[in-house]
Amino acid sequence: MIYFLVGLGGIAGSLFRYLLSVMAVAIWGKEFPIGTLFINVTGAFLLGFMTNYFVGSNKIHPYLNTALTTGVIGSYTTFSTFCYETVHLFETGKIIFGVFYLFASLLGGLFFVRAGMKLGEQVKSTRSVL
Amino acid sequence: MKEIIFISIGGFIGAIGRFVISKSMHNNKGFPMGTLTVNLIGAFLLGLLFGLHVQGSLYSLLGIGFMGSFTTFSTLMLDAVKLNKENKKKLYYIYLLSSYTIGILLTLCGLWLGRKM
Repeated sequence: MIYFLVGLGGIAGSLFRYLLSVMAVAIWGKEFPIGTLFINVTGAFLLGFMTNYFVGSNKIHPYLNTALTTGVIGSYTTFSTFCYETVHLFETGKIIFGVFYLFASLLGGLFFVRAGMKLGEQVKSTRSVL
Repeated sequence: MKEIIFISIGGFIGAIGRFVISKSMHNNKGFPMGTLTVNLIGAFLLGLLFGLHVQGSLYSLLGIGFMGSFTTFSTLMLDAVKLNKENKKKLYYIYLLSSYTIGILLTLCGLWLGRKM
């Protein structure tokens, strides 16, 4: 059952990633992979938030938690596309874009996971006071 | 519409594959070996796919669907921050450095191999 739910989450995450990357290419073109960068940092934020907001709470069934975190968010964000796009930027001579993409993903990802975790903790503690 | 079906099938299998591998490689040392493994395998395979010039529906199924969902960026970041918070600085740097450097190197290997074939 849990495997099936993770798989369903994977469908939702993949389709949402596809939708956003198609939109990003339509708006900003293919010069720089802004779509994947946006997807990865927002996914990092959401995962950080969910991890701290759901932890130790009985508001959500553990299966649903895994389906949302491992399934939806895990599939929404992607590492393989990030690696390929980095290589592609370097191969096509866009060295500065490549370096920027690499560091923006790494530092942005780390920053937004922390920000999400912090917000998740705060929202949880204000809710428990009320 | 056809694209959506192919991406969904790939995404469904990719997410379950990642879940199974991370679960089976879970250890008590706290090092996220499972996520590292899926990310490195996926990086190599996506490079291979591009090297082979796979396009159309097969790319939607394997590239956007399967590889996109099999590999993950959010869990990589979350696990790294957790290692840092638990004061496992050495593992934190090893994890980030190995994911990025080996990931990019394996993508290059996949691309190179695909172009040779």
